[in-house]
Amino acid sequence: MPEHEAAGSPGTPTHAVRDFLRRRREQIAQRWADEPLFRTVFTVSRDEAVEAGKVVVDALAQVADAQRVEDPDAAGFTGVREQLARMGAARSRAGLSTTQVSSELAALLPPVDNLLVADLEGETPERLRECTTTLSVLLGTLRLVAMQTALSEVQALIDRQRLQLLEVATPVIKLWDGIVAVPLIGTLDSARSQGVMETLLNAVVDQHARFAILDITGVPTVDSLVAQHLMKTVAAARLMGAECVVSGIRPAIAQTIVHLGLDLGTVKTRASLADALGYCLHELGANIVNVTPDGAGHR
Amino acid sequence: MHTAAGVEARLPIRSDMDLVWVRQHVRQAAALLGFGLVDQTKLVTAASELARNTLVHGGGGRMEAAHVTTTGGIDGLRLTFSDSGPGIVDLDRALSDGYTSGGGLGMGLGGARRLVHDFAVDSAPGSGTTVRVTSWVSRPPRPREGV
Repeated sequence: MPEHEAAGSPGTPTHAVRDFLRRRREQIAQRWADEPLFRTVFTVSRDEAVEAGKVVVDALAQVADAQRVEDPDAAGFTGVREQLARMGAARSRAGLSTTQVSSELAALLPPVDNLLVADLEGETPERLRECTTTLSVLLGTLRLVAMQTALSEVQALIDRQRLQLLEVATPVIKLWDGIVAVPLIGTLDSARSQGVMETLLNAVVDQHARFAILDITGVPTVDSLVAQHLMKTVAAARLMGAECVVSGIRPAIAQTIVHLGLDLGTVKTRASLADALGYCLHELGANIVNVTPDGAGHR
Repeated sequence: MHTAAGVEARLPIRSDMDLVWVRQHVRQAAALLGFGLVDQTKLVTAASELARNTLVHGGGGRMEAAHVTTTGGIDGLRLTFSDSGPGIVDLDRALSDGYTSGGGLGMGLGGARRLVHDFAVDSAPGSGTTVRVTSWVSRPPRPREGV
């Protein structure tokens, strides 16, 4: 373990690598600028790619200076994480698989390695081997940092989309004075059901609603947990003085609920949203009638 | 993508997101085998109940889906849910409606049994639970073409 040798001694392989990185900063960056990873990401000018390369070399030197070549959490990497993520993302967008991006990162080693070997001419084979090993460990850690960053970007994206989905899924629509409706779409897991209940109850207060329609046309599966969530929402709305109507129960769902043995007897249900609205209007004392004799509407 | 592969699959059940995966796979597999809409919905709902049991009571596990055929040439979908959780102490009680150990409605296991054609539970305290359900495609007999 070279980095565990007397810290601060300029003689350790880690420090030799650090000094080499600082000395050859310009040449390494120049060589990296020709590698696909840099060349294809920094397309505006070659100088831009060289500058980006220098930043990475500086980070590596800093990590080597801190004797932490094996540590992906080393402080030196902090500054280049964003840049590495951008490069990785650009390559992914270009259609490269994670494996291909990883091997492009691995391709950064040979040019530096060649420089190091040339630099250390005259040293003992033992010393040379130690130094090249240290360098490849350091670049291996860089690769790990880049992949970690890319993965955490993906995870962050998934989390964001999940949140977006939660928001999108529960709009409360005012259908008439005193009637609000929530069209439920997709899977009703516990988190979403909680969100639905909150927005609905708030709408009941804000809109002075006497009726709330929960439309489940867009819910593909109604199992006992979904039914339980619906019943809880209905019960909570009732406590606030609003009557709930569950609409959009398709024939297949109705048969399944019966076989499952769920008792929705306490919940007012209608086959379609239109039926539910008709029921609520009727209860409010507002009836819809056709104004033309042949019936402009068909209901 | 497991779902694109067809009917056969082995899906992990470790989180709520995996339940979505299970339901989607079962729906697609059932549609692929020619199940009608009502039977698809029943099977998906049963799978949803059983997968949630695997997650909530069994602490996670997996579902295996398989295409089975009777000697009479009827296609079926077999779903096997297995976990290595605490197991079911009193199976008769667990199957009865309204009994729950997890704060639900207590309709899951018994309800799932009514939604499928064949239902078998293999469980003992401390040795996990395996539930195997099978449903068969019911369609009117039709002369086979090109024989």
